[in-house]
Amino acid sequence: MWYRCLIVGTLLWLAGNLPAGAFIAYVSNEKSNTVSVIDTDKWVVIKTIKVGQRPRGIEFTRDGKFVMVAVGDDDTIQMIDTGTQEVTDTLPSGPDPELFIQDKAGKILYVANENDNTVTVIDLEKRARMGDVQVGVEPEGMALSPDGRVLINTSETTNMAHFIDTETRQIVANVLVDSRPRFAEFKNDGSELWVSSEIGGTVSVIDPARHLVTTKITFDIPGLRKEAIQPVGISIAADGKTAFIALGPANRVAVIDAASHQVIKYLLVGQRVWHLAFTPDEKWLLVTNGISNDVSVIDVAALKVIKTIQVGELPWGITIAKQ
Amino acid sequence: MIRLFLGLVGLGALGASALAADPVEIGIGYLRRAGVKPTLSLVEQPAASDGVAGARLAIEDNNTTGRFLNQHFTLEELRLKEGDDATTAAMSLVDRNMAFIIADLPADALLKAADTVRARGVVVFNAGAIDERLREEDCRANLIHVAPSRSMLADALAQYLVWKQWKRWLMVVGSHEEDKLYAEALRRAALRFGAKIVQERVFEDTGGARRTDSGVTLLQRQMPVFTQQVPAYDILVAADESEVFASYLPYRTWDPRPVAGSAGLVPKSWDAAQDQWGAVQMQNRFLKLNSRHMTALDMQAWTAARMIGEAVSRVNSVDRRTLFDFLKGPDFSIAAFKGQRLTLRPWNLQLRQPILLVDGRMVVSVSPQEGFLHQVSELDTLGVDQPETKCKLH
Repeated sequence: MWYRCLIVGTLLWLAGNLPAGAFIAYVSNEKSNTVSVIDTDKWVVIKTIKVGQRPRGIEFTRDGKFVMVAVGDDDTIQMIDTGTQEVTDTLPSGPDPELFIQDKAGKILYVANENDNTVTVIDLEKRARMGDVQVGVEPEGMALSPDGRVLINTSETTNMAHFIDTETRQIVANVLVDSRPRFAEFKNDGSELWVSSEIGGTVSVIDPARHLVTTKITFDIPGLRKEAIQPVGISIAADGKTAFIALGPANRVAVIDAASHQVIKYLLVGQRVWHLAFTPDEKWLLVTNGISNDVSVIDVAALKVIKTIQVGELPWGITIAKQ
Repeated sequence: MIRLFLGLVGLGALGASALAADPVEIGIGYLRRAGVKPTLSLVEQPAASDGVAGARLAIEDNNTTGRFLNQHFTLEELRLKEGDDATTAAMSLVDRNMAFIIADLPADALLKAADTVRARGVVVFNAGAIDERLREEDCRANLIHVAPSRSMLADALAQYLVWKQWKRWLMVVGSHEEDKLYAEALRRAALRFGAKIVQERVFEDTGGARRTDSGVTLLQRQMPVFTQQVPAYDILVAADESEVFASYLPYRTWDPRPVAGSAGLVPKSWDAAQDQWGAVQMQNRFLKLNSRHMTALDMQAWTAARMIGEAVSRVNSVDRRTLFDFLKGPDFSIAAFKGQRLTLRPWNLQLRQPILLVDGRMVVSVSPQEGFLHQVSELDTLGVDQPETKCKLH
């Protein structure tokens, strides 16, 4: 009898002490050529991985087995084994890769080659280049429509969002946005495409069916000159109700009502905030602060910044998945 | 019979759509001055393509965008020879149907060119002349200034020196007209931002070869003697646009002091060392196309041509009036790798811009400096501001 109590007691104790859905975040540090690994239970850096030169775009593979990081000055994408947390492989990427995106199945990789006005298409299984698309000047932002049919690429100096048919790999439409577009993100239901314009200071909301800008999200922070408000990264919650936009040297993340496209609140984070990522349960939002060399943690429900974690130099991208 | 008729109609439709596919053409003229001034420094000697190389890259960038909008840009270059009349050259570009002219000309020639083409509805972009009077009493309604003015450059330097607390200046001025104009701008900047010129000295241009095989032996004796017995000072500010002496001063002053102005710490609109705000991409593209580093003049020309490209893509028209109105309007701005959008000052059509302070290898700082405030734009703390201007555009 008593041993049954012991077993149940032990099981209960174990259940109480297991990390509840533990996540792990990988942050690319553009200047120090490293990737910082953050444990989201303790909110500490548990490892710093040496990578190639100028790491920027960073993403978990769909199966979670690897983290891909674009090392632009080495003209390649490195693969970090998430088990050993070491670089184990490289992928062809075309020259100077910056951002990239995988298709839903994790079989195709689309890479923005910033110096070459090109988007390169890579077969992930064969580790080979399948083709490319000629886009505008300085391509960066990459997004894929939820149905996988349309690839979006934004070009910084051409100031456009290019709509590329993933089947034919042809550009089917081009939408002009404000100066220096950096990032593109679809709403989960595919009804809207958001594109940030860093120098223009706005986020364009685009109707992906009609290829039209339907509205522009603008920002106003009392006491701060408008030129300092430079939107870059965008994270839209899965339910499409709230969105978060990193505002660069304004040192703030704007919280947006994604239905009305109005700013609800500004959250003060570190210096030069560029990119953001939700934890898979969307309880936390982590943002990279390039100039203060740290990552801020935002409690999404409370809309509060709860922690700052020191990482490497010039933190750029961030990707988060289950441990 | 019907089949023949239908066939002809089909051919006609094909023909019409083929015609519609022809892109809209925009011609931009580039008018270059005759000579290139020799510099004291061998490594600073401008390339033969200085300036126009930037415009060529911008045309490429415009055409990359233009592919998606069915617009095509061409650049027509015209280089003046010594003694040529700028007005004839400008008119020949207009006759070749150039919608805009980018000019790298001395002030008088620039004004003549702008005045001549005005009647034809052509707007001139000043990519090279820094003279204040072009933005003040000699401003023109069809002249847009992309090059910074002397006062913008002097103010950018002064703001940094004051921020640095190097407020006591020894100013050394050359004996030529442009040197004196630079000194005037520096005096104004010192007064405006709170620096004190403890003494001024003139370096007379007595002629002679700029380069000799035994250059340094004499220089390292001459420069210390020239700069001795100065009241206490923090920095030597040299006004030497004529390239006679300033480059000889760093590390040769009697007292160990830094040099700024025409040598040492130099204010410029752009430099090959600029790597902030995505500039590496710009530098790479330029290097790839032109096989050399990018200069301030190259960037000024690039910016002028890109302004035209930006206007054409936004208004989707090649009508000159429409484009010029857009450039002057509140919706126009251009991104030029300096961290914020650049706009035109409405009172004299000068492009607002941050100014880099460079030492020939690195960007040391960028003005306007933090703390210098302005009710309209902090960029207007550089140069002559609207309430002070003598310019009346009509």
